[in-house]
Amino acid sequence: MNVESLYQEIILDHYKNPRGKHPLAEAEGESYQVNPTCGDEVTVQVARDRDGHLHVGYEGQGCSISQASASVMAEMVEGMDVSTADAVRHAFVELMHSKGAVEPDEEVLGDGVAFVGVAKYPARIKCALLPWMALQDAQVKAGIGTEDQGEAR
Amino acid sequence: MTKPLDVARIRRDFPILQRTVRDDRPLVYLDSAATSQKPFQVIDAESDYYRSCNAAVHRGAHQLAEEATDAYEGARAKIAGFVHGRPEDLVFTKNATESLNLVAYAFSNGAAKAQHGDDAIDPRFVIGPGDSIVVTQMEHHANLVPWQEVCAKTGATLRWIGVDDDGRLDLRDLSTIIDESTKVVSVVHQSNLLGTINPVSELMAHARAVGALGIVDACQSIPHMPVDVNELGADLVAWSGHKMLGPTGIGMLWGRPEVLEAMPPFITGGSMIETVFMDHSTYAAPPKRFEAGTPMVAQAVGVAAAVDYLDALGMDAVEAHEHVLTGYALEQLRNVPGVRIIGPQDDHARGSAVSFVVDGLHPHDVGQFLDDHGVAVRVGHHCAWPTCRRFDVPATTRLSTYIYNDTSDIDVAVDGIRAAQKFFGV
Repeated sequence: MNVESLYQEIILDHYKNPRGKHPLAEAEGESYQVNPTCGDEVTVQVARDRDGHLHVGYEGQGCSISQASASVMAEMVEGMDVSTADAVRHAFVELMHSKGAVEPDEEVLGDGVAFVGVAKYPARIKCALLPWMALQDAQVKAGIGTEDQGEAR
Repeated sequence: MTKPLDVARIRRDFPILQRTVRDDRPLVYLDSAATSQKPFQVIDAESDYYRSCNAAVHRGAHQLAEEATDAYEGARAKIAGFVHGRPEDLVFTKNATESLNLVAYAFSNGAAKAQHGDDAIDPRFVIGPGDSIVVTQMEHHANLVPWQEVCAKTGATLRWIGVDDDGRLDLRDLSTIIDESTKVVSVVHQSNLLGTINPVSELMAHARAVGALGIVDACQSIPHMPVDVNELGADLVAWSGHKMLGPTGIGMLWGRPEVLEAMPPFITGGSMIETVFMDHSTYAAPPKRFEAGTPMVAQAVGVAAAVDYLDALGMDAVEAHEHVLTGYALEQLRNVPGVRIIGPQDDHARGSAVSFVVDGLHPHDVGQFLDDHGVAVRVGHHCAWPTCRRFDVPATTRLSTYIYNDTSDIDVAVDGIRAAQKFFGV
């Protein structure tokens, strides 16, 4: 275990070139989450279009893990149907709580698999989960999906 | 003449410093402002207490109870002596946060009781609308949030002394901040985030001049420099055991006898009473009035062993050693392009907690890289979030030294910072 396994290229790329980092024009739900131990902040906004697809925007500041996670999340779930987006979030949360024992499924998680190393650093799991917690909370506030899904602890 | 610290010899007393971390790297511990490591003398003292004379103190008619009581009260005398106080003026709490809450609650409890007709409450502890409480912009949350609570409960107003760009208190408008309305001035001696050593005697004199009670948070000063509570001019002084080589689970509150005598209790119950009836109680004299329930005897014994250890080194020598390390850390960090020190830039009136930010890197990532080099530092807002806001940074990385560190530890940390910069391409 070393620091390179934590900071994979994909994470560094999303950190330096964030995707989907903008407010949503017509947000239906919004959630601000903060990690009080280190001051990472993220605000996620969500909306659902007529076809049932999820739209996501975010703003934030913080460490590379939290901000790359927000970027990966926004890029992945943007335009997904809500139940698929919920399944992706569920898989990501499971991966973070796996202590590295779960082999991540790239089919489901896409760039999210790069966070597998984070699960071995307990202090950083909360950083990676922060935007996903905000996504879940924003969806709940907007009444968009999230039934029977794993809680982002 | 103070004898310089023999760091190599000191390090042999600290079992944890012999271990490795993260792929067999030697541990470089630069997080003593969060908690210090413990020498075997402290670990053994606590363990020996349990092995030889553990019993409930201040009760029981058996030999063990007598010995345990002697150990507890002997520790109190030793720790009080360390700061030139008397044992009967030293209260044990579970940590410094509790010490400060004990004081804060004296005010909100005093106000509540006075409102319900208890005219025995000393008017200094009766606070309400029109009164003010003064803190600084560099307080640890433990010396800020309790006072916010007192204000919310009593209607008093919170004021604070600002911090300038160099991390020093801005004392220009002091007479408008501490005035006739002020009933409490509670300030940190040495900032845990900025490292600044504040002119507390001067601030305490201002408090006294307007009839306010003066309180000092000495968590970061008492472990690192000689402190005489009488010279501070404070009414109450709070600090913790675990930052001065002692165990966790114990804090201290020293008070001027006349102030402790007037203070309403905080946590109530067994051991802190004089008499108890079904409808009312009377309370024991200090310090017992403030020590409800079974006390932390083994921890007190551990702190007393820590005092012995520090006394053997000499606090003048400890201070001199850390002054050298602080100057060295500031100089080395200044030499790294992109590193900005948050706090006083020079080593004048400055302790060994050195916070910094690295351009283009979040403190969490810096800390992670240092960890990969075996270096333990603190990252985050250090329980002083408003201080971070003052400097417009979300968080900092902080290195802090103690008696077991030398300049080579700082070199390893600086190498780690450069490696992080290289890795992230900043």
